[in-house]
Amino acid sequence: MISTHLRIVAIVGSLGLLLFVIELVRRRRLKEEYSVLWMATAVVLLLLAAWGGLLRSLTHAIGAVAQSSTLYFFGLLFVIFLLLHFSVRVSLLERRLTALVQEIALLTEKRAGPAQHEEELAEEAPEDDAVNA
Amino acid sequence: MTDPQILIVSPANTAAGRVGRVVRDVTRALPMADVLVVDDGSADRTAAEASEAGAITLSLPVNSGYGATLQTGYKYGVRHHYDVIGQIDGDGQHQGEYLPVMLEALRQADADLVVGSRFLDRDGHYRPSLARQVGIGLFARVASVVTRQHISDPTSGFQLMRIGVARFFCSEVYPTDYPDADILILLHRAGFKVLEVPVKMRPSSGKSMHSGHRSLYYVYKMTLSILVTLLRPRSQHRAS
Repeated sequence: MISTHLRIVAIVGSLGLLLFVIELVRRRRLKEEYSVLWMATAVVLLLLAAWGGLLRSLTHAIGAVAQSSTLYFFGLLFVIFLLLHFSVRVSLLERRLTALVQEIALLTEKRAGPAQHEEELAEEAPEDDAVNA
Repeated sequence: MTDPQILIVSPANTAAGRVGRVVRDVTRALPMADVLVVDDGSADRTAAEASEAGAITLSLPVNSGYGATLQTGYKYGVRHHYDVIGQIDGDGQHQGEYLPVMLEALRQADADLVVGSRFLDRDGHYRPSLARQVGIGLFARVASVVTRQHISDPTSGFQLMRIGVARFFCSEVYPTDYPDADILILLHRAGFKVLEVPVKMRPSSGKSMHSGHRSLYYVYKMTLSILVTLLRPRSQHRAS
């Protein structure tokens, strides 16, 4: 058994997290897509804190001695998943960023020796006039 | 390919004072080729100097690493319909005079990628630090075993390839941080033919684009990269 004190702290904590996540989504500070893992964390922790029977059988199942360790264990497990999830997202963002940087670079093309590429300059010239006018 | 359109890509990071000479060397060795210098976000006059020397220049707005810089050059070459793409480091480590030999090897041997190897001659003209020697030797061995052909210098960034290889490298298979032995294995598994030719290299003068990767991380990254390359399904991109 966990103490009533710890139970109250765990329930209030996970309930608070749940409401905070919902509030962030409501204010569009957190995209729905990213709320999934946080929501799952809050719900599972709330379930474990409120439902003594589940916590007891889970503690037995994972071979833990104290039921409070089961709470910490699942809390930590979710945090690890979240961090891994972020690493995956960062890798994706980096890949996209590199592709964008390359596209920008491809737009910066500078040709040396204008004499060799007169036809290109001739094509560009009217556009320049239009901009200036 | 009787009269191929050739693009020589030179990735350059803070290479002012050296990149101009590289461009002129390449132009002298292969007068028919276009030279493209891709400046990896240098703060110095790298791009300006390359442009003055007669190169086409592209500038990455932020420093993005060796692989990403090279891949920018491949993308340029593919979009402008070149037939052959070469790559030579902008810091002057590679010598442009070997490009005609490499081009001849590409034609004669019906290879898809020709790599300039500084260790094929075994004349000991090039001596990296002991740590790098061990690392390069290890992955040369691994690459040789996997591709069932002798590979002596998987780290060499001095290469010449048919456009099919460059097109393959424009996809997400290409490691944008530090391509090395893993891409040789990748190419082999995709059905491309790789050939090494002996070249001489100058010792990398001061800060090269490769100095950023520490030996231990290099060993870790390459081991993991080769492992996952082998675990992935073979990609069939061979353009024939």
